[in-house]
Amino acid sequence: MTDDHVYLSLAEEHGDDTRWAFGTGFEDPLHGVDTTLPAGVDADELAALCLALADDALVAAQRLAQWVTLAPELEEEVALANIGLDLLGQARLLYARAGQAEGHGEEGKGRDEDALAYFRDPDEFRNVLLAEVPNGDFAHCVVKLLLLSSWRLAQLQQLTGHADPVLAAVAHKGVSELTYHRDHAAQWVVRLGDGTEESTRRTRAALAELWPYRAELYAAAPETRDEVEAVLAQVLAAAHLDATELDAAELGASGEATAQALTGNGRSGEHTEHLTELLAELQGVARSDPEATW
Amino acid sequence: MSATARPALDAGLDAALDDARAAAESVCDPELPMLTLADLGVLRDVRIEDDGAVTAVLTPTYSGCPALAEMRADLDAALRSAGFSTVHVRTELSPPWSTDDITAEGRRKLAESGIAPPGRAPRRSGGPIPVTLTLGPRTTRTEDAVRCPRCGSPDTEETSRFGATACKALRRCRACREPFEQVKEI
Repeated sequence: MTDDHVYLSLAEEHGDDTRWAFGTGFEDPLHGVDTTLPAGVDADELAALCLALADDALVAAQRLAQWVTLAPELEEEVALANIGLDLLGQARLLYARAGQAEGHGEEGKGRDEDALAYFRDPDEFRNVLLAEVPNGDFAHCVVKLLLLSSWRLAQLQQLTGHADPVLAAVAHKGVSELTYHRDHAAQWVVRLGDGTEESTRRTRAALAELWPYRAELYAAAPETRDEVEAVLAQVLAAAHLDATELDAAELGASGEATAQALTGNGRSGEHTEHLTELLAELQGVARSDPEATW
Repeated sequence: MSATARPALDAGLDAALDDARAAAESVCDPELPMLTLADLGVLRDVRIEDDGAVTAVLTPTYSGCPALAEMRADLDAALRSAGFSTVHVRTELSPPWSTDDITAEGRRKLAESGIAPPGRAPRRSGGPIPVTLTLGPRTTRTEDAVRCPRCGSPDTEETSRFGATACKALRRCRACREPFEQVKEI
């Protein structure tokens, strides 16, 4: 870099391999990593697992990005954007790994991260429905983040022992990131749940709407249930919120969102129309001119 | 090759390796330009392969760190301008980078630039990671407190865990009242 300023240096010539946006040849996030598939790992299973984890992260990151300019305070805007950036980084690494596994490690056979993120239709996405739930108020945001990050942290922690060293390494790095995502969400749920009459009302409403989505999370990763339930119980107790009321709400579920939460199956590609809208926004530029280079 | 030529060859290789290391270690971080990649602890290895190619090994700070591609390009350019024609920059994901990898020199440079260096990264044993529910700005007055980089006071508090880049938190000094940034422990 000839200039000390990172953004000025972006304009410099770096040869063919430094690309900064879609269609400008953004570099492979696993560039220079030993990506050999280990013997004994089922490539198709690995591809499916990485794709599901990547889709959860990409869709959640897009919802967090939609908070930028709308968060209640500047610090929170920065926080949500930072969390989204971590998830986007995880998604890129996982898409790259999914593509390699899908191609059984053969050069040029699997899809690359751009193909997976920008050129799949909604029914090809494997994210859980909770990730695509449209944004509501700020209480809704932090409750959703608490559920998603508690669940993802439990999954990634278990994957640090995966037989694929690339997935294990991505998970290991992700664990330290998810730990502060979850702390951030949990602290806000306590602050709002145990706050003013209005903030408590909003937090309870968000919990009532989002609580039933846990069923899909546990169906997708049953081994996470005990840990996630323990964390949620601890946070609700600190916020002086009653979980038994929520379980009752789940049993007597009604309303569109709740019904979808109980019947949908994002891991099988059965999504709500909200994912279609989200992907239209996310993929629009890439699809409008797939051959574009900038 | 005669037996006596061997030390000279080794000396030549050693000199080349020194040159490669010096070139690689001089590259600055794109977002914290007061630090070199070596200070930051992301440059894990520089070696010369049997065929004369230089391999430099980098590790990313955060999964979504947008500066990694820039680091790689800068490292490649620095090694080429030091006279190495074949350069490979490899990425190593494991073990993950921790702020404990920032060198003492790096910590000193951060503090000099008004950014408080990180404390010790949390050590985790196996099992579920406990959720931290402590609310409000965390104030520390103990010996290992985060000190204000301007007045040196240990009486500082966190105002936000998230800052202008993924690696920084925002803090405020309760003694001199100045806000400052800190590289947060990870």
